[in-house]
Amino acid sequence: MSAHLDSAGLWTLAWRRLRADRIAMAALAVVAGFLLLVLLSGAGLIAADWEREVAVNYAPPTFLGADPGSRALAQAQLPRATPPNAFDPLAAELAELKAQVAATHRPREKRTTLPFGADKWGHDIVQKTIKGGQTSIVVGLVAALLAVTLGTLFGAVSGFHGGWVDDLFNWFYSVFTAIPAILMILAVAAVLQQKGVATIVLILGLTGWTGPYRLMRAEYIKHAAREYVMAADAIGASSLRRMFGHILPNVAHVALVQLSILTVGFIKAEVILSFLGFGVPVGTVSWGSMLNEAQNELILGKWWQMAAAAGAMATLVTAFSLFADALRDALDPKIK
Amino acid sequence: MSQHTDLLQVRNLRIAFRTGKTSTVEALKGVSFDLPSDATVALVGESGSGKSVASLAVMGLLPAQTTLIDPASSIRFAGRELLGLPANERRALCGKDIAMIFQEPMSSLNPVFTAGFQIGEVLRRHMGMNARAARLRTLELLAEVGIPDPATKIDAYPGQMSGGQQQRVMIAMAIACEPKLLIADEPTTALDVTIQQQIMALIARLQQARRMAVLFITHDLGLVAEIADRVIVMRHGEVREEGAAAQVFGAPRDAYTRALLHCRPRLDVRPLRLPVIDDYLAESTAPASASASAPELAQPQRVRGTTPGEQPLLVVNHLAKRFWLRDGLFRKRAFDAVQDVSFTLGRGKTLGVVGESGSGKTTVGLTLLRLHRASGGSALFEGRDLLALSEREYQPYKRRIQIIFQNPYASLNPRFTVGQILLEPMRIHRIGASDAERIGMARQLLARVGLPEAAYGRYPHEFSGGQRQRIAIARCLTLRPEILVCDESVSALDVSVQAQVLNLLQDLQDEYGMSYIFISHDLSVVKYISDQVMVMQAGRVVELADSDTLYRDPQHPYTRSLLAAIPKGG
Repeated sequence: MSAHLDSAGLWTLAWRRLRADRIAMAALAVVAGFLLLVLLSGAGLIAADWEREVAVNYAPPTFLGADPGSRALAQAQLPRATPPNAFDPLAAELAELKAQVAATHRPREKRTTLPFGADKWGHDIVQKTIKGGQTSIVVGLVAALLAVTLGTLFGAVSGFHGGWVDDLFNWFYSVFTAIPAILMILAVAAVLQQKGVATIVLILGLTGWTGPYRLMRAEYIKHAAREYVMAADAIGASSLRRMFGHILPNVAHVALVQLSILTVGFIKAEVILSFLGFGVPVGTVSWGSMLNEAQNELILGKWWQMAAAAGAMATLVTAFSLFADALRDALDPKIK
Repeated sequence: MSQHTDLLQVRNLRIAFRTGKTSTVEALKGVSFDLPSDATVALVGESGSGKSVASLAVMGLLPAQTTLIDPASSIRFAGRELLGLPANERRALCGKDIAMIFQEPMSSLNPVFTAGFQIGEVLRRHMGMNARAARLRTLELLAEVGIPDPATKIDAYPGQMSGGQQQRVMIAMAIACEPKLLIADEPTTALDVTIQQQIMALIARLQQARRMAVLFITHDLGLVAEIADRVIVMRHGEVREEGAAAQVFGAPRDAYTRALLHCRPRLDVRPLRLPVIDDYLAESTAPASASASAPELAQPQRVRGTTPGEQPLLVVNHLAKRFWLRDGLFRKRAFDAVQDVSFTLGRGKTLGVVGESGSGKTTVGLTLLRLHRASGGSALFEGRDLLALSEREYQPYKRRIQIIFQNPYASLNPRFTVGQILLEPMRIHRIGASDAERIGMARQLLARVGLPEAAYGRYPHEFSGGQRQRIAIARCLTLRPEILVCDESVSALDVSVQAQVLNLLQDLQDEYGMSYIFISHDLSVVKYISDQVMVMQAGRVVELADSDTLYRDPQHPYTRSLLAAIPKGG
């Protein structure tokens, strides 16, 4: 034992165990990278001008080389001198105007290839993916936070008090889970009738609390009968103090793992919602709306938007899941 | 003892466990012993002594990935070297010639199969019997291990049997294949004293009838005095003493063995302080003084008992607790855990509460602290009925009545530092003017219960069982309670640690004048620490008397059977 007066708590020990796990650290680095992108794009430092049409329609990725037709297209869009029309009374003025416009507003030459291609309007796919990631990740995280908070609160009250309080919550839970999830989501979406990121967060959060509730309730039932909680009762600790001061730190790892699992689930759910048209409004981009657009592009053989959105999502989801797994192992007090 | 008669020879057994990539912990440091083919050998040691590791090594049940066995080690069974034997040969040998019974019969039996099916399975697999023959043999075996009415019990599920009967089924399963060696790993620790006595008698009878070897593993030296032929005492992975039972109990050579024999409270004497292990180990390093040779005798006796006319601190009348169990979907069934319990507790006195599991003794304690809601009766404390107060009215009384639980691993919040654990009750009851003052008080209390100052910032998982129980005691002391309920508070501790904690409790009682309600299944401990003893059976008080009177002259037959069940060596 070291000579320090204070020693490592279980969270510190869990962090140490996590540090020793190479896969977990790699996954954490990937997740942290995505979060950094979200922050930077949220602050407007990157991907702020994703809506600029910087390339020709469906410009392919650079490594494929430019489309032969698109070069002609790019050329075609350059203003050409039109032969004078003898019958146009305003021809002289028009020519003068055109000359003025050409002098001040020189049309930019559109690029024929981009690092990962362009979409139908010529938006840069890399920037669009980053911006879309911002929406998707924020939706996933905030909705998961809402669902886990609700589930923990309900589960704590229900499991700790038992009796009719527990019966009431269980009845509510049973009714909620008896409705198929996708119907539930669509019903809430229809009621809210407002497209927007906040709406999606509410839909997912309000329908997703059942899983964390079930687990937290079980944990609270288990811990409420433990001797340390009885000891806290004996020294006069109030029930709120026992529920959230004593028991919560001991079951927080369950909530944390739920949080990471739900985040992944909600990122995927947002994709489905957007795909069904209940997702983010027009003008906002998310991985889901990108995939939604991609279904028409695939027929034309323009696969890169789909690949970018799906690839980014798969990378994040895999890393997040691996991290959640490692987190669960590191936090499980039994494995020590 | 010649080489041929020894069924099992363990030589220089060194085992270490891998705990990390590079770190290992040594469990056995070169252990050697012999087991004759027709005898009972007891392997005795406290937790961490390596006794269970040794037995699991014989059975080949240690986890292969993390276990490192020294190549020079040897375990020979009937002339065959077991270490290095291919796994399938070893398994065939172990299932048939070596059998093992475990501590927890409840978790060793599969709850979804009948007892008869599980014994029959062993017979069909290992003895090649058909279903009919196996059933007949199972009936014989159940009768042999003393199961009443085997013809009915053969089709009973483990859940329909008592703990003692389950352990009998485990024993029947173990002897089904006529093993040459039976390893019993703490087979009675989870059982009540009267059942323990029956199981010990059964094992002794089977050993003699079948002329098999028995390796009996236990932490309780006193338990094996009657059945063991030889005794091996282990500590910290080493053999401290090995010898014939008569010699080990009569004239122990090793200081540690002597300590184990004397740390347990005895029924006939009540020294002021119990001797602890350090008294003996210090003596072995400095063997000069004459008085130190027997620390257990050099002490003045403590007088316990009540005198008539004492002013009682707590008067409990007709206490009752009824639980409602759900029976089916809508019905409920009443279960009376405690009925009509009445007693008085004097200031500075200890009331011992004794009973077997299910006697309601723990419920009495929890109900008095209002951790359970009483269903009848009263508890008068300074003339006020504690059980009739509202939550708000009762809050100040929580300061004055405290409890120490059985399991020191479960009663401390693992996420709190020792400092937080001690500060919380003081903050709730506004003891001390400021946090700085409270921290000072907490540190003083830590010193008082014998913990280092550095303990303040540490977490409970860094402490041993005995140290954790000291933390729990310190938490109660922050409130300066007048009544302390000790619910099996020393039962989970090793014998040597138990003596230290009992000494601490007595010192604190002398210092603060606290009254104890001391709940335990261990009659020797209760006799030692109590002024008055209350014996409970099936929720009722069967006898209540001064501690010395009760043990000298028990009135109720149940009390007599409890006293008779105490192992003679203890």
